Amino acid sequence: MKFFQAIGANVIGKVTAIGRATYMLMGALLAFPRLKNIPLTIKQLHVVGVQSLLIIIVSGLFIGMVMALQGYTILVDYGAEGSLGPMVALSLLRELGPVVTALLFAGRAGSALTAEIGLMKATEQISSLEMMAVDPLRRIVAPRFWAGMISMPMLALIFSAVGILGGHLVGVDWLGVDVGSYWSIMQSTVEWGEDVVNGIIKSLVFALVVTWIAIFKGYDSIPTSEGISKATTETVVYSSLAVLGLDFVLTALMFGIE
Amino acid sequence: MLVLLVSLIFQGSINKIAMDHLVEIDNLTFRRADRIIYDGITLSIPKGKITAVMGPSGIGKTTLLRLIGGQLTPDEGDIQFDGDSIVAMSRKELYQARRRMSMLFQSGALFTDMTVFDNVAFPLREHTNLSEDLIATTVALKLQAVGLRGAAQLMPSELSGGMARRAALARAIALDPDLIMYDEPFAGQDPISMGVLVKLIRGLNDALDLTSVVVTHDVTEVLTIADYIYILADKRVIGEGTAQQIKESDSELVQQFLKGKADGPVPFHYPAPDLESTFFGGDK
Repeated sequence: MKFFQAIGANVIGKVTAIGRATYMLMGALLAFPRLKNIPLTIKQLHVVGVQSLLIIIVSGLFIGMVMALQGYTILVDYGAEGSLGPMVALSLLRELGPVVTALLFAGRAGSALTAEIGLMKATEQISSLEMMAVDPLRRIVAPRFWAGMISMPMLALIFSAVGILGGHLVGVDWLGVDVGSYWSIMQSTVEWGEDVVNGIIKSLVFALVVTWIAIFKGYDSIPTSEGISKATTETVVYSSLAVLGLDFVLTALMFGIE
Repeated sequence: MLVLLVSLIFQGSINKIAMDHLVEIDNLTFRRADRIIYDGITLSIPKGKITAVMGPSGIGKTTLLRLIGGQLTPDEGDIQFDGDSIVAMSRKELYQARRRMSMLFQSGALFTDMTVFDNVAFPLREHTNLSEDLIATTVALKLQAVGLRGAAQLMPSELSGGMARRAALARAIALDPDLIMYDEPFAGQDPISMGVLVKLIRGLNDALDLTSVVVTHDVTEVLTIADYIYILADKRVIGEGTAQQIKESDSELVQQFLKGKADGPVPFHYPAPDLESTFFGGDK
């Protein structure tokens, strides 16, 4: 009996948490946007986006290089090393770009967002905003949310672009794939709508999920050192799982059903 | 004619009540989960005075301030701020009312990513359309009042605990509120900062014609500055009056609190099974 009670309590807890999270998101999104908040969003774009650039570029470069290396050893057996370009580009644009960027973003920026908002709560900064008649959803949550939504697709594109260059570095410059076929077959194979736009859509969905989880976990955290550490961990775990699960669903919808 | 006269007198008396007290708490009950924090308390905060709310730790004194500020909603009863019910207010009205009150949090709650200057300028920038020149002058004035004009460009992390609280105080009075609520302003302060804060609370109250509520358990400080004192314990008001009346109170509980006796109506021991059965009972 206790066991079933525990399951019930757990489910109710989770459902109410989703409700609170939606309420928070709506509060932030429906709040009338104000000119005064644009500088805040730009500042968050810097913190969330620009400061994630280094890890995104380095990871993109290495993933592109590894893919070229792995792809070449397989393709060369069939004499198809000319298809290295589209292979690298398609995997990056369709899958690895959005997914790895989202995972890195969750670890780099998501955890920071959770910890920052959690600490703001612990030091009563959020309460004091409320008491100063400033809506914390508008002031704290909305700029961070928009910064995540804007920066993640851009980061994913940068990731893919750097990855393709990394593939070029290994495939063309080192292993000797023909430079013309690397680029020209890539150009003729990769389609704007099918590949690039679908990648961006994925990236937008991941941005929504990761930023939402990160902000909500911070906003809803228990304001103690233990509570914030738990919230930060949960941000990374939940967003990673959500990204991987959603990626499967989105891929099935975009590429699976003809 | 008579009816008009009566209604005028009646109106007048209502206005008089509203004038005398800025905040009226009427028969308020508040529960957190299943625990009752307040059980039908009634108290009023006189306008232009310093009212202290004292009581042992953990009885929800801060909760009372949050209730007045509308951050929490009572389960029963009503809270009036200048004649309007906080409980019945829409979100918009509540935000309007909050512009007239401010709260000094225990930690100061300065925004850690801004300088002291920007912290004090924050409410002005949010709620007014003053030019930057005028904001700079206003902020300098407010910081001068708390003695921190020289610290305007420091970050909150560079301030001592007492200075942080004074900077937060400058921010709290930036919009010239009617009501200012202090949450444990003396907790963890050295004697000098304590003296400074006592002087500031009294001075600001009289100079700016504020109404102050001080929540604290520092008996000596409060007895020197408060015009009126409420002592809360056991989910209700156990004593009220001026400092003199409180000192002369014949309530055992009030006396235990004032004199800091270890045992009394508030017991030293947390409720436990009796000693004999624990040590000699046999059952484990």
